[in-house]
Amino acid sequence: MTATFQTLLARPWIWSFVGAGVVWLAAIAFTGGYGAGGMLTAALSLSVFTVIVGVGQMFVITLGPGNVDLSLPANIGLASAVAMKTMGGDDRLVIVGLAAAIACGLAVGLANYLLIWALRIPPIIATLSASFIIQSVDISYGRGLQIKPPPGFADFTNIVVAGVPMLAILTVLFTIGAGIALNRTIWGRSVVAIGQNQRAARLAGLKVEPVRCATYALCGALGGLNGALLAGYFRGANVDIGNEYLLASIAVVVIGGTSVSGGNANLPGVWGGALFLVLLLTMLNTFGVSAGVRLLATGLIIVAVIAAAGGEKRPR
Amino acid sequence: MTTSAALSAPPANANGAEWRRRLRAALPALSLALVVAAIAWLNPRAISYFGFTLMLNLAIPIALATMAQMFVIAGNDLDLSIGTFVGFVCCVAATWLHDAPWLGVLTLVGCIALYAALGALIYLRNLPSIVVTLGMSFVWQGLAILLLPKPGGKAPGWLQAIMGVKPPFIPFPIVAAVVIAAVGYFGLMRTSYGAILRASGGNALAIERAGWSLLRAKMTLFALAGAFGVLSGMALVGITTSADANIGNGYTLLSIAGVILGGGEFVGGRVSPIGAVLGALTMAMAASPLLTFMRVPPDWQVAANGAILIIVLAARVVITRRGSER
Repeated sequence: MTATFQTLLARPWIWSFVGAGVVWLAAIAFTGGYGAGGMLTAALSLSVFTVIVGVGQMFVITLGPGNVDLSLPANIGLASAVAMKTMGGDDRLVIVGLAAAIACGLAVGLANYLLIWALRIPPIIATLSASFIIQSVDISYGRGLQIKPPPGFADFTNIVVAGVPMLAILTVLFTIGAGIALNRTIWGRSVVAIGQNQRAARLAGLKVEPVRCATYALCGALGGLNGALLAGYFRGANVDIGNEYLLASIAVVVIGGTSVSGGNANLPGVWGGALFLVLLLTMLNTFGVSAGVRLLATGLIIVAVIAAAGGEKRPR
Repeated sequence: MTTSAALSAPPANANGAEWRRRLRAALPALSLALVVAAIAWLNPRAISYFGFTLMLNLAIPIALATMAQMFVIAGNDLDLSIGTFVGFVCCVAATWLHDAPWLGVLTLVGCIALYAALGALIYLRNLPSIVVTLGMSFVWQGLAILLLPKPGGKAPGWLQAIMGVKPPFIPFPIVAAVVIAAVGYFGLMRTSYGAILRASGGNALAIERAGWSLLRAKMTLFALAGAFGVLSGMALVGITTSADANIGNGYTLLSIAGVILGGGEFVGGRVSPIGAVLGALTMAMAASPLLTFMRVPPDWQVAANGAILIIVLAARVVITRRGSER
């Protein structure tokens, strides 16, 4: 029993769940236990969106130092507009709209990789430049877009089964699938190997560039899916709908115990990190603090958590 | 600098490589010249004393923010909070610095100390600077909103007077850009401690073995970034005369783009202060005057920024491709 407890403590992701639990307890202590369950349901609903992009970002970050996708917010915004336009408020076109959003995100991911590969520039600057262009496309394409999501789709994103949102259940299944892909497929193992030592991975005969391409494409596609789901959940597309997911996607990956320098991925931690972030905001809202204090506290807590978790051991 | 490289290189292969290296070094200046030429062609009247004063109005704060970012990048880090930091400094300058100068000065000095402390934290705990500064960007924005919930405030008169100087013949922004570039160049490229600072990004281990404190180098780089961030915010509020908590948000991306356009690289301590200022001027001119003259609709101006970055980076690849493979 103590042995299992100790192996559990040794897992880096456990701390993100502990953190999530602590902020939840702090919030319900403030309300005197009122709305404890509802708070969890709401947190699960909102965590879903962070987890979907967090998983994509995690695979990209695991590719190694400098790999990060900064185009996610623009990507999410554009995909949300594409999904709403394709669906056109018609329930029969939901699948088509979802496919269009995912295809749009996939195209963004491939474009990102193309820039990284062809210009041999750091992914940070490549995805940043790409995000400028995507943002403009979105502003121009989605101008004055006021199409509501199809009622069936909007309802679907809001279904709650026994206190657990339907989307959260599906996302848990998706996370398990991602875990299998990470640990049991050639692609997943290659991502980790490249992150640990790209040169060694190439010399060992791994197809480094196709794997990187697939990883950026996957991250883009997940951004697209997230855009469509967000537009359904929040009842409409919006250029700024993805803005908060730049910090959130990177933060949940790091809080969850994935190594920022790559080569060490941690899937359960993405859920823990997402719940922690969402519950943190819920807690601050419960306390009724102003927008300024909320931003200040979020920033300070993120810096404190990262500082407490510490970085990699410095090679000597 | 150039002559020593030319002398030590073997003559046969050197011409092509040397030519490429020079072309690459000249790329920031060439991009700027191209943008100015395009503006001159589209609207000849813009090329005048008042034209440049207007077009380069915001170039001074952008150049200062780019210098701040350059110091951070020199140490292989990235500051994603510089934009909101500039915004916070604007708010401090438009409120406390105007109403209670000593409190304002104290706060701004405290900000620089906080930047140095962040550098120490990042070094001692070996943290990813992207995440730490992303978190800090929320902190600065939160503080700015607390200080100035609604746009307003008033910049101190002396600050407005400095930013409104009209020197004879040469527009003030150009004079300021030359001064900023010169300070950066002599400070970082021509002093011995500047070489140590750059080397802390190039080969940290060698610097440590040689007995230099990496902690001190990192703190110095971040403190310099903080100092230039403070100057950037003060320059910005001197121009706009009042502040807004979100005023600096775009500066994070502009500053990174400026450093990269100026020939800087993310790793290896390879940066160029003169290039960074040229890059900042290019971004400032390309960002709106050029696009307005080209009748690019506002929707597409952000895309044009991205496209300019991609074109310059592509040009760099074409120049270096058959040169020295990294």
